[in-house]
Amino acid sequence: MFHQSLDWTVEMTTIPSTAAAIADAVRSGVLKATDVLEAHLARIAEREGEIHAFNLVTTDEARAAAARIDADVAAGRDPGVLAGVPIAIKDNMCTRGIATTCSSKILEGWRPPYDATVVQRLAAAGAVTIGKTNLDEFAMGSSTENSAFGVTYNPRDITRVSGGSSGGSAAAVAAGFSPISIGSDTGGSIRQPAALCGVVGVKPTYGTVSRYGLVAFASSLDQVGPFSTDVRDSALVLEAISGHDPMDSTSIPQGPLSLQGVLSQGVEGLRVGRITDMPGGADPDVTERLEAAFDALQAAGAIMVDVQMPSMKYGLTAYYLIAPAEASSNLARYDGVRYGMRVNAPDTNAMYSATRSAGFGDEVKRRIMLGTYALSAGYYDAYYGKALKVRRLISEDFDRAYTKADVLLTPTSPIVAFPVGAKSDDPLAMYLCDVYTIPTNLAGHPAMSVPFGTGAFGLPVGVQIMAPTLGEQTMFRVAASLERSMIASGGGR
Amino acid sequence: MSETASERISTEAVIKAARLSRLDLTPAEVARMTSQLAGMLEHFADIDALDLSAVEPMTRPYPLSNVFREDVVVQGLDRDEVLANAPAAEEGRFRVPPIVGLDG
Repeated sequence: MFHQSLDWTVEMTTIPSTAAAIADAVRSGVLKATDVLEAHLARIAEREGEIHAFNLVTTDEARAAAARIDADVAAGRDPGVLAGVPIAIKDNMCTRGIATTCSSKILEGWRPPYDATVVQRLAAAGAVTIGKTNLDEFAMGSSTENSAFGVTYNPRDITRVSGGSSGGSAAAVAAGFSPISIGSDTGGSIRQPAALCGVVGVKPTYGTVSRYGLVAFASSLDQVGPFSTDVRDSALVLEAISGHDPMDSTSIPQGPLSLQGVLSQGVEGLRVGRITDMPGGADPDVTERLEAAFDALQAAGAIMVDVQMPSMKYGLTAYYLIAPAEASSNLARYDGVRYGMRVNAPDTNAMYSATRSAGFGDEVKRRIMLGTYALSAGYYDAYYGKALKVRRLISEDFDRAYTKADVLLTPTSPIVAFPVGAKSDDPLAMYLCDVYTIPTNLAGHPAMSVPFGTGAFGLPVGVQIMAPTLGEQTMFRVAASLERSMIASGGGR
Repeated sequence: MSETASERISTEAVIKAARLSRLDLTPAEVARMTSQLAGMLEHFADIDALDLSAVEPMTRPYPLSNVFREDVVVQGLDRDEVLANAPAAEEGRFRVPPIVGLDG
């Protein structure tokens, strides 16, 4: 958590709050992975009832994994850069033999026959998976209210939403259930819940982290990324999970990102862009924190520049046509034949319809319908075709902006965490939460949310840092600088 | 919902999209879906004013094409493990209801 130390004591041993410190202590034999795990399981036992971050806590598997890490250390083998670090995985990433639900009834009983590449790489780095986190069904939503298994509440105020769709992963880190977690981001699904829960959340460049084993929502937009309490932990996780994967044909053929080394470099001379024609709608308490972030970066030596993004305001439209269109195609696979639930009927067509009607929730049905309509004969050119062209315009806006600026700053979310139920009856109002996060998904660029103080009701506000394709190093330098200025101003880490 | 909004999509179009999507909607669901989709399409009309005639569509963010792997045999998923997830399986295959003859 950002404003208070999470360190706690177990049997005379202090468990550090960050993944980096835990891994150091476990690798050097100062801490046992099993003790680290038990401390986190105790924390879960204490607060999970009121937060509901998890669809499943994998206690037995985690205990076995932690014991293996301790055995490795005892035998003189290095368990890896995330040795003994508990990690929560969004429940739309495949875990072999362990239920993966996407928070949908339609995947009831499914146990994937393979691990997602990200899950494999985390295990290889010594991380200990403690559970599968709740999400909006199939990652469609901005509040983690559209889950077949119930709402995830915000650890900072349990009457409010955790954001979404990776709300469970954000809440798990904010509540101290695990120092790091993994989410997926199609239109802001990592960054927005990170902002609402007061943690760091990163959507890397499209193609830097493998999507193999991530259950597809919108394949040209989906990207996997980390949550953490501080900037360094996100850098550490990204270094461990990024890099080419032959199992994902959209994976960029290059090695892992190198990020931790740049965090101390500062922002002297970096050009930080303000989008002068940014779509409005952000609450004053949020824009006030954005202004404070510009001031902090300027004080640290960055140069402020103005840029224009005339097509940014059309991002919402382009996204909410393209993402449902891709989803309507991707979700065609849930037909009651190969996995999940089936509602029996006299013939296959009737069985498909009966299964899908019973298995999908309202928001998923709405998006499948919207996508099917936007792709159907007679409407394709008017909706989907046009949206793809607007996507190009937005991407070109970014290209022009990045000739003048190294990074761009916006709010992550136009509002702080809203009360549970406040937007559940108005899909369009919910979609407007994504106005600042969507454009980078359309362009495929990296972006991250960094907690930067509080707004209304003392709730966390996130500032979004955006960078061009593979501009993660610059983005992380800016994030680290903002974090240092928060610590210096007494706002805590 | 305003008159303009409801003209954005007809009840018939919603029923057709539901059939293409393999979703059974009750009449009440069709009515609600029509109103919600109309509201969205009304909002999405903001791009109607753009001149996009000279703009190339963009389908993916990173320019990779023709991605192949080496043509060598690799281990696939275990058949029994895969079929164990199926709602119905028989003799190493997925079992489904009759495919033809009953759908109008």
